[in-house]
Amino acid sequence: MKREGKIQVWQDYQKEIADDHYFYVRSCIRQNFFPGSEQTFLKILRSELKKDIYENPHHTSCSGIGYHSDIVPFETIQTIVARQFALMTEAGYQNLAVSCITSFGIYNEIIETWKEFPSELEKVRNFLKKATGREFEIPQNVAHASDIVYKFRQRIADKAEHPLVNQQTGKPLKIVEHIGCHYSKMFPSKGVGGAEFPHVLVGMIEAWGGEVVDYPERRHCCGFGFRQYLVMSNRGYSLSNSRKKFESMEPYKPDAIVSNCPGCPMFLDRWQYVIEEMEGKTFGENGQGIPVMTYEEMAGLVLGYNPWDMGMQMHQTNVEPLLDKMGIAYDPNLKYAGKDGKLIGKPMMVGCRC
Amino acid sequence: MKHIVIIGGGIAGIETASALTDAGHWVTVIEKEAQVGGKLNNWSYLFPDFTPVDKIKSVLQEKCSEKDFSVLHQTEVRSILRQNGKFSIETSGEQQLEADAVVVATGYELFDARRKEEYGYKIYDHVITSADLEQLLLPNGDLTVAAGENPKRIAFVHCVGSRDEKSGNHYCSKVCCITGVKQAIELRKRLPEAEIYCFYMDLRMYGKHFEELYREAQEKYDIQFIRGRLSEASEKIDKSLLIKAEDTLSGRPLKMNVDLLVLLVGMEAGKGTTTAAATCGIGCEESGFLKTTDSFLKSNFSEQEGIFLAGSCTAPMSVNDTILHARSAAQEVNNWLLRK
Amino acid sequence: MKNFGYTVIKQRTIDYDQFDGRLLNEVLEMEPSFKVCLSCGGCTATCSAGDLVSFNVRRMNLLLRRGQTVELESEIKKCMLCGKCMLVCPRGINLRNVIMLVKKSILKYKPVNS
Repeated sequence: MKREGKIQVWQDYQKEIADDHYFYVRSCIRQNFFPGSEQTFLKILRSELKKDIYENPHHTSCSGIGYHSDIVPFETIQTIVARQFALMTEAGYQNLAVSCITSFGIYNEIIETWKEFPSELEKVRNFLKKATGREFEIPQNVAHASDIVYKFRQRIADKAEHPLVNQQTGKPLKIVEHIGCHYSKMFPSKGVGGAEFPHVLVGMIEAWGGEVVDYPERRHCCGFGFRQYLVMSNRGYSLSNSRKKFESMEPYKPDAIVSNCPGCPMFLDRWQYVIEEMEGKTFGENGQGIPVMTYEEMAGLVLGYNPWDMGMQMHQTNVEPLLDKMGIAYDPNLKYAGKDGKLIGKPMMVGCRC
Repeated sequence: MKHIVIIGGGIAGIETASALTDAGHWVTVIEKEAQVGGKLNNWSYLFPDFTPVDKIKSVLQEKCSEKDFSVLHQTEVRSILRQNGKFSIETSGEQQLEADAVVVATGYELFDARRKEEYGYKIYDHVITSADLEQLLLPNGDLTVAAGENPKRIAFVHCVGSRDEKSGNHYCSKVCCITGVKQAIELRKRLPEAEIYCFYMDLRMYGKHFEELYREAQEKYDIQFIRGRLSEASEKIDKSLLIKAEDTLSGRPLKMNVDLLVLLVGMEAGKGTTTAAATCGIGCEESGFLKTTDSFLKSNFSEQEGIFLAGSCTAPMSVNDTILHARSAAQEVNNWLLRK
Repeated sequence: MKNFGYTVIKQRTIDYDQFDGRLLNEVLEMEPSFKVCLSCGGCTATCSAGDLVSFNVRRMNLLLRRGQTVELESEIKKCMLCGKCMLVCPRGINLRNVIMLVKKSILKYKPVNS
């Protein structure tokens, strides 16, 4: 594989990412799957990078799930998004920092719609005014939270306590990166590096000492389409998509998977357990699974945060093998001790038979 | 005696120069490279009958040495101005030429396959273009792939950079399909044991003996033709390529591993032609190729009186089309000069 | 093994690396004119059987050439051997012979990729 070819592609797809003063819009379901991730992101931005990032407690879900499941009509979601922008404008911000990939896709899609069809924009201004009395401005810059971490990856690398290196062998960790579909497949120019070879996670992994695994199904969807999995009879689609990816990455023996979408790491994590229960097959070393991380958790681990504070005990596929490889000290007894040492409850079964 | 300046010393330029010299005119050819022949220097065997390219090249060289037209090598045109019914031309070599007529024969460029990033040209090790393969099909060319072995399975991809909204080229580049069939047969002769596939959207076998060559490829050389456009190519851990297409005729998606992927790249107008258009004040089509007055009776005339067009700067052309077009250009220039 | 109420769906992609060429090779040895088929569909257009049941002779030929022989066993019985396809074929393939060869040999080669 020739890097120069990829570097050329990355340079063709550069995008502007705002520098400071972000208005943070959270993901509605991410807090359930990866409880500590958004908090870690805010901590990194405020304490380590000293940036101004503000979130308004009145902001809502973008309703992307409803929109993509054909329950929420387009006019409604435009108005909801307009309300988010109104909150942003009222707080005096112009840069949007988006936590979820679906939201990122929704915001981009709606802003592009308003650019191409100004009549829609007028309609929505009208709707919002009637419904809530608010007015809004379109944000000047819409950046996904992973774009922001990507932009400051070198500064995080400078503070790194645990680079992405296998402490037992001294070699860089082999990490599979997975991008949420709506990050760049809808609008390739809105994703760092375009749709075919996105660079946002590659940049982070390489800046922090790791090695990226490039495998044939790297751009394949993981199957977290709402229509696919919301109904149990459809869930086979989602499962089959993720399984295809696992089979494709298995020969490369990756140490971890990292993703920047709320749903993708959830599926890549949980489906390993399901496949193991259904067929007895695992894809990692020693009959274990491949640990899955969000990019905030990866950044947190690199910076030396406590993995249990970041919520990594909630992963289905055990992360201890990865923590051991990275040389991160953790107390296994404190795994299910929540904040203030109060036991949060131990699950009946974890991981893939390990 | 009238002076004609020809921009471009490829097949079209030299052929036009030769015919105009025979008609008794004084001709200067301006060529940007160190040698004449243009893109003919990149090909080895010509379709459809595998004529070695040296046969055409040697005739061109002969015309250059024996006929009385001059060639300015490694020179480009800076500007052209109309003055007193003639053309005043300044070259990059600081020369000032005066001409009664100008012929634009700036030719084409091949589509840069890096723009189709999903096929991984210059990213994956074993993805090459038809131009690369043409060099490798010479007797001393090295066709080995991963682990130093000959490829066991090779796939050709048609329509790379042509008929494609994403590449910005809507037109058909005409000669790539027959090039694919020709190179598939040549590969078969070199690698008798290999499996060779051509993934096409349509097979454009427009010319004399083209359809017969296609049938021969299927019948005698066991080339498999699969109708379906490749969506992507990915590299596997052993450096072979996983390709995905649809077998449209059976209505199912298809995937296979190949050891070598050959992209049949199309022709584009290229920088030389675009610059010539600006310098001469000639319009371009949406495709980027130069506009001719019409396609039937005046396909060598441009919008500017006295400036004529020859060869693949007007549209994708094969070698024999180019030679015919060039000779026709010479005739039109001659007639126009006689009438003036 | 647990049942979660859903399952991994079998891929319908033709995996060319699972190509079972045994039947095809036998047909080609006895009827080499089959090599030049270009799936134009002329045969299917005129087919007496295809007009009445879901028998698509172009598609059967194609699946044979792709090594996907699972459907062939039952479908090939629908051909009435009327020979109209041969009258149309622009490449002059002896289609009746191809179909007879498939009928004769298909039971010998039970498909490995069912």
